Amino acid sequence: MKLPPKPHLFLLAGLLVAFGVQHYSDQINPYYLDVLTGIGINIILAVSLNLVNGYTGQFSLGHAGFMSVGAYLSAAVTLYFAPRWFGGAGGTAWQQGGLFLMALLAGGLSAAFAGLLVGVPSLRLKGDYLALVTLGFGEIIRVIFQNVDSLGGALGLNGIPPYTTIFWVLAFVAITIFVVTCLVNSTYGRGFLATRDDEIASEAVGLNTTRYKIVAFVIGAFFAGIAGGLYGHFKLTITPTGFDFTKSIEIVVMVILGGMGNTIGVILAAILLTLLPEVLRPIAEYRMVLYSFLLIVLMLARPQGLFNFKFGKSSKA
Amino acid sequence: MSEFLQQLLNGLSLGAIYALIALGYTMVYGVLRFINFAHSDVFMVGAFIGYYLGKLIPEGTIWGGVLVLVAAMVGCALLGIRIERSAYRPLREPTKFNLVTILGAVVGGVLGYFLCNAIFAGRGAGDFTIPLRIMFCWSGAEGLSWLLSRTGWKVILWKTTGGAPTLNVLITAIGVSLLLEYTGQVFFGAAPRNFPALFPVHNFSLGTVIVSSNQLIVIVVSVILMVVLQLIVYRTKIGTAMRAVSLNPKAATLMGVNNDVVISFTFGLGSALAGAGGILYALNYPSIDPLMGVMPGLKAFVAAILGGIGNIPGAALGGLILGTVETFVAGSQFSTYKDAIAFAILIIILLFRPAGLLGKFTVEKV
Repeated sequence: MKLPPKPHLFLLAGLLVAFGVQHYSDQINPYYLDVLTGIGINIILAVSLNLVNGYTGQFSLGHAGFMSVGAYLSAAVTLYFAPRWFGGAGGTAWQQGGLFLMALLAGGLSAAFAGLLVGVPSLRLKGDYLALVTLGFGEIIRVIFQNVDSLGGALGLNGIPPYTTIFWVLAFVAITIFVVTCLVNSTYGRGFLATRDDEIASEAVGLNTTRYKIVAFVIGAFFAGIAGGLYGHFKLTITPTGFDFTKSIEIVVMVILGGMGNTIGVILAAILLTLLPEVLRPIAEYRMVLYSFLLIVLMLARPQGLFNFKFGKSSKA
Repeated sequence: MSEFLQQLLNGLSLGAIYALIALGYTMVYGVLRFINFAHSDVFMVGAFIGYYLGKLIPEGTIWGGVLVLVAAMVGCALLGIRIERSAYRPLREPTKFNLVTILGAVVGGVLGYFLCNAIFAGRGAGDFTIPLRIMFCWSGAEGLSWLLSRTGWKVILWKTTGGAPTLNVLITAIGVSLLLEYTGQVFFGAAPRNFPALFPVHNFSLGTVIVSSNQLIVIVVSVILMVVLQLIVYRTKIGTAMRAVSLNPKAATLMGVNNDVVISFTFGLGSALAGAGGILYALNYPSIDPLMGVMPGLKAFVAAILGGIGNIPGAALGGLILGTVETFVAGSQFSTYKDAIAFAILIIILLFRPAGLLGKFTVEKV
């Protein structure tokens, strides 16, 4: 994807839009607002996974695991500090915002740290094997959360304060897209693409491909953690089973349908795949049948990704 | 000591089931180099076939149990072949999607459904109408689309180019897996059901160790199936062809092997084993639901990797080791971590011996 001129202006515009939507959020139907929040969180997840799967060519199936680390850690931060700092009153909007930002960063950083722990040993592997190891780590993270009683065990964490507003979601969507796009288009970021296109050739010209993979993995995990924090403070209840292998698959499907390494396509796919179950809601129990059927048909009909119009160019993984 | 032996026995019988499922994964990986995620749901379908057929036969007879087992294996084999043809082959080879046959399948399915309703209207077959409907729909769809394909009428909807990257095949497999799970939830309901006792139940005590007849059946059936599989792979012509395709598909084609037939056969064989695994699993854990395949499936895949993916004795060994370790963990104070242990083994084996216990190392060449 080519970098648009003056990407910083786009970031600024994104933040302004976030402010604007927040300002008029009272006048928007709460249902639409909820759907929009869900879309935003999925965009963050899909775009950050695209950095790993699409641009760096490493197939990770553990994104939901990092999301759960972020969700749990940030929820723990707000649950611990909110009553101690604000007492029963709940604090002003600015205080809440500050605490929330801190909680999100804590969640993101801990997810990034988890990404480092997982990435350093496992990124030596390739292809299917890497996918399985990341899947295994995701499941292990889930089982650990199920067994930590101070984080609610199998019942999960309840009573998380509802700090996620549409502003935070849209702002982080803008930041995620900005960071990933700028990173991939920077001089350093070309290393990601080189690692994907031909690992052996990249090593031959002196790139440290393992390092690139780990950096992509850690940054991806960081944003997954942020998305997890937003998700936790949006749903107000998080359980370990909410972040299982199915959730990881859902994010991977967004990346593949969008076209690997195509940020705009991935964003569109995230929007489409979040809206699809909502649109299909009237047919109730058949909707997931239709969803999975459409997934197969789309893979057969457009293997290069639904929104990838450069035939044969970036479809090789 | 007696507790150790008891746990070992429990572990071996669980491991034998993992081994049966792992064999399907490993064979498909051997010929096609991809993880067939839908395999774990074929396992689930096997258990459901056993559930519905088990109601028809008198409970607790050996011939009835064997009959149900064979029927489930045949049903799953057909399902596996159908999945491979409709979902995976178009990704592998250039395929033209013909609107006529697709419409034929849809119309045939609907006709089959109404035919079933007409035949069994007022008979009060109850719960059993569900598998009957599925069978009628399926046969109707297959029959009519086959008839229409004979006519030669063609309206090409789209063409696939074939040779899709492994990742796309993987996602398609996940799609098939989800489709089977959700369709299962629509047809069978999400609530767990009690699996009938297909075989006579006895408990033998050998000293302090209690052996249930179901555990014996699991072990005996698994051993028989594995021996048969070994004979098929190493002693028959189609088995030789399977090994040839797994070694080098292009060279096999040049030697006159029909890859499509071999791949279909592999899917059928693997799915039949999964179906048997489903029934054996349900005998020992008699609560079945449409999502029952997910965890055993993942663990069986770990078993396949543990033994060395693509390696048939390896899959059996991996399954036995994994089942035993898991049972011992479940019996210890860390029992809540029993789901994590399989993945911990997976990670350790991939980091230190990525080719698996019995696998061969291959060096990547430029």
